[in-house]
Amino acid sequence: MTKDLLKVTDLKQYFPIKGGMLGRTVNHVKAVDGVSFTVKEGETVSIVGESGCGKSTTGRAILRLDDPTSGEVEFDGEDLLGLSKKEMRKRRKDLQIIFQDPYASINPRQTVRQILEEALEIQNTVPKKDRPDKIAELMETVGLGAHQADRFPHEFSGGQRQRIGIARALSVDPKLIVADEAVSALDVSIQAQVINLMKRLQREFSLTYLFIAHDLGVVRHISDRVIVMYLGKIVEMGDKKSIFDNPHHPYTKALLSAIPVPDPAPEKKEERVFLKGDVPSPIDPPQGCRFHTRCPFATEKCKVETPELRPEDTMEEGHVAACHYMKEIIDGTHKPQQ
Amino acid sequence: MVKATDILDEQPILEVKDLQTSFFTEKFEVKAVDGVNFAVPKGKTLGIVGESGSGKSITSLSVLRLIQDPGKIKGGEILFKGENLLDKSEAQMRKIRGNEISMIFQEPMTSLNPVYTVGQQISEAYMIHQNMSKKEAMLRSTEMLELVGIPSPKQRVKQYPHELSGGMRQRVMIAMALACDPELLIADEPTTALDVTIQAQILELMKDLQDRLGMSIIMITHDLGVVAETCDYVAVMYMGKVVEYASVTDLFKNPKHPYTVGLLNSLPRHDVDLGDVELNVIKGSVPSPDNIPTGCRFAPRCPFASDICHEKLPHLEQSEEGNQIRCWIYTDEWDGDPEVNVNDQRST
Repeated sequence: MTKDLLKVTDLKQYFPIKGGMLGRTVNHVKAVDGVSFTVKEGETVSIVGESGCGKSTTGRAILRLDDPTSGEVEFDGEDLLGLSKKEMRKRRKDLQIIFQDPYASINPRQTVRQILEEALEIQNTVPKKDRPDKIAELMETVGLGAHQADRFPHEFSGGQRQRIGIARALSVDPKLIVADEAVSALDVSIQAQVINLMKRLQREFSLTYLFIAHDLGVVRHISDRVIVMYLGKIVEMGDKKSIFDNPHHPYTKALLSAIPVPDPAPEKKEERVFLKGDVPSPIDPPQGCRFHTRCPFATEKCKVETPELRPEDTMEEGHVAACHYMKEIIDGTHKPQQ
Repeated sequence: MVKATDILDEQPILEVKDLQTSFFTEKFEVKAVDGVNFAVPKGKTLGIVGESGSGKSITSLSVLRLIQDPGKIKGGEILFKGENLLDKSEAQMRKIRGNEISMIFQEPMTSLNPVYTVGQQISEAYMIHQNMSKKEAMLRSTEMLELVGIPSPKQRVKQYPHELSGGMRQRVMIAMALACDPELLIADEPTTALDVTIQAQILELMKDLQDRLGMSIIMITHDLGVVAETCDYVAVMYMGKVVEYASVTDLFKNPKHPYTVGLLNSLPRHDVDLGDVELNVIKGSVPSPDNIPTGCRFAPRCPFASDICHEKLPHLEQSEEGNQIRCWIYTDEWDGDPEVNVNDQRST
């Protein structure tokens, strides 16, 4: 049995909205509102959802890039939120992040060597004299030439820049890498190369990934387990296969059915579920089930009672979803409401 | 099944012949569009797919003659209803843009003017192209907002772009583009910036409006899923050239060009489990524009490339079905493995 590397309990991230003449906090954006999950050593867990669902905020809160409002984050048996800023800085050796836009997240005025050297120096994991060798090794590992180390970021293509971001994250031998939309900005052919690279590195360095993405094709390919978020809450979570083949939450079903399939004449074409309207504002999220304003199955109960994450006997082990009517929708006794 | 030859039966609404658009830097010329040919049949949708830098957006901007310095349309013909748009004066072009040919862009926030209400922005088209009064134009604008499925259009018409969500803004863009009932709509990555559930809404809206208004669409996208779902014909572009042109069913069922196969393989799918295998990727990356390969543009990355591919540029050959392909494998001059089948490389 592999151990839990990361354990997140009831994580909340409320961003204050200042207003009025005195600049008081008048309200909060409840970006993440009570999220709990675990990530086991060596696995890839993906968090998916649309813009504003809180997936990136969750990733940032775990690394304490923004300190969360409340909750617990336990990493490798240690409570991260109890650490001082200085201790946390040291701890980040084990937790690294790769961002979406490789150009915005690396300093354009530094050469690749300087970028990597800075990371090595801050964490001081490699003696100074060995650093040039380490940098050359890192460059080769991510598929760049060691001779390219003295170039500036603008001399690289988008895919190569993302490789630099990966090399920087790898430089301190982390245990967990949070990949925040790490391949979203890349062209498909380059995206495929970077996905292959990330999978290979995972095997080679026994890395654990928390993969934050909106592209469900990429998620299906890379993940072991999947977490679906909507408006700051987890609506469904489980093994990749059960989420994709046997989704229970109406939102997950709608999300999967909305993706255009690259096949003009699919053998089994599933009826597309169109969601009406947009995601409501996270400032005053809907009462009860947050999805009820767009859910075709919503009833009066959904407007009042917040559903909890729970398993259902039609699910595989470890699969949970938060909907009042999972069973009834599956056996057809609960139909879409007019 | 629709065949690409069906196009030939009727005069297409748009025919682009040997279009060449270049950008001139101090050191060299970048041939962004390098001899592109395609046709858009009436009432149909043509998809133009390719990755960044393939020239798909420049092609669409060239059709409307929106290329700015240091770019220049060097040659070719753009026949819209039989007339060459490259022969028109700027004043004549202004009458066509937004009227007979309209365009929607990827990022609705940057293409809407933040200091005018959406009503004022849609009205502009009516006032300029149809000489309507302000009041009349505003009334029509409200109707257009209703047509594109914006709830309470009477209130929305008075709002500014920042008061709308991303999906709403894209609906406004569509309303604006369709205001004058165009015969051709050019949609440049119209749903790329949107979430999938909103994308599904917008694509459905576009299809529905096409059925009702009978317009032709050029859909520019990098998303092969969007292509499969919305297009009748597809042109795949690579480095400024069309490498394959086929009906959408042929392209996905029986892709001929190694680049098309590579693109399809690179795409992880949410409805297919590949297991723990690596994606079958296209090696390397697009060469820089100052270092264009002499032979086939794709040869340095092509798993099938033979000697001739590196030496000579293949022509665009027409097949019996009317599909077009730019690859040596399908010619008599092919000097590689005669048994080669590009489709054997397909992994999905």
